Amino acid sequence: MSKLTATPGQTVGPFFGYALPFPKDNELLAPGSPGSIRLQGTVYDGAGHTIPDAILEIWQPDSEGNIVQRTGSLVRDGYTFTGWGRASVGNTGVYTFTTVNPGPTKPGSAPFISVTVFARGLMNRLFTRIYLPGDKEALANDPLLSSLPEDRRNTLIARRDPDGGLTWDVRLQGEGETVFLDFHADTTEGAAQ
Amino acid sequence: MLQAVNPKNQAVNPEDPEQNEADELVPAAEPKAGHAPLDAAVETQADLSAEIQSIGDAYRRALKDGAAPETQPRLDYAPYRSSILRHPTKSLHHADPETIELYSPAFGHQDVHALESDLTIQHNGEPQGERMIVQGRVLDGDGHPVAGQLVEIWQANAAGRYIHKRDQHPAPLDPNFTGVGRCITGPDGSYRFTTIKPGAYPWKNHLNAWRPAHIHFSLFGTEFTQRIVTQMYFPGDQLFPLDPIYQSIVDQDARDRLVAAYDHSLTSPEWALGYRWDIILTGSKRTWTENEAFGASGDDEE
Repeated sequence: MSKLTATPGQTVGPFFGYALPFPKDNELLAPGSPGSIRLQGTVYDGAGHTIPDAILEIWQPDSEGNIVQRTGSLVRDGYTFTGWGRASVGNTGVYTFTTVNPGPTKPGSAPFISVTVFARGLMNRLFTRIYLPGDKEALANDPLLSSLPEDRRNTLIARRDPDGGLTWDVRLQGEGETVFLDFHADTTEGAAQ
Repeated sequence: MLQAVNPKNQAVNPEDPEQNEADELVPAAEPKAGHAPLDAAVETQADLSAEIQSIGDAYRRALKDGAAPETQPRLDYAPYRSSILRHPTKSLHHADPETIELYSPAFGHQDVHALESDLTIQHNGEPQGERMIVQGRVLDGDGHPVAGQLVEIWQANAAGRYIHKRDQHPAPLDPNFTGVGRCITGPDGSYRFTTIKPGAYPWKNHLNAWRPAHIHFSLFGTEFTQRIVTQMYFPGDQLFPLDPIYQSIVDQDARDRLVAAYDHSLTSPEWALGYRWDIILTGSKRTWTENEAFGASGDDEE
């Protein structure tokens, strides 16, 4: 239990577009470089409409499963993998990152990318995860995934594209609603009040 | 001639409720459009204030009956109309942070130039408005300073206008003010920005909706789970009770944590007024066992 009470969050609002984006913000790796993949998806609201003013951040291990602690995300040199990136969606609600498949951080564990979602109309940021498809056994043994019913579990697992990339959509509400995570059981936070 | 641009770059269709709801922006097809009544059926501040009041009353009754105080905004807060289709309806799933989530991306002086913390020197001339300093510390829930981390801010100018192309509020842009700043916290978690006090600005949540003056803050902790984006407000703003975004935090003590304090010791003689605002992130979840599992790869300071 924390000694101090956390400062509340607030919506990112509609006007982050001239402040938060920066050149190559969504390129954890230069596009086309060896091992690079496209991670893409669409952000939807509760009516199934695409959201044109969301911004996502990802934070992930490198392809070997190492957690990187290198500076340089905001001024990318084109060679250093920092593990962190930011992508605003376009007018059609689509975001794109260039990154690598994260490796397992422990032998046999299911690799995942940590995600934060921000949007106008979203009161506070939401945390979630993007798991790589493929290793069925690792996914079945994952502590978070195995605690979820099957239909909800699938919202956290990306699809493999024919070009080797990943597709993972965000549904803020309604049918197929993405599982969002609360890491802070000692605070009151969430939709169900 | 300015064109009203809606988020989907489509013509505004009054028959489409989703589109109307999504459009918080003041249309500027005419310079005064933002001030004219938009529609006879549009909701008024009185309608919204009644909703805000009712939710607040219910919360205060629950508190009296022993409910735990809420410390964060409600994701489901209908008075902010754009939240209606954008909040999860299922409870957030409790998870123990693992591996990557127990670390934060690293930022440093390679990422941010020292001059980026002064928003008044980004152009050739002096921006208009009341020059101010905002200073404070970023701490985790145990009171430890968050050192060497990224702080980003953005804000409207003194007239309440964002430079963002989608802000069509008919107030003047200031050619000498962009309204974006960054800094890296010091060893004691401290940050400091020099800027211009932002103005209140109108938005389209309901008729005659105005946001209290605020500065957007984006913060990282020592763990990814501490990531937060929020807004800092100014003491004594008369718009507080009217604003659905501020009021989405239903607890008064929690709301107060977003309001900076005027601090005369930060005021610079014949130069700028000073405000102090400390930011507390959530508690640290990383444990010795977790660190050990990953060796020294990310175990930077403990």
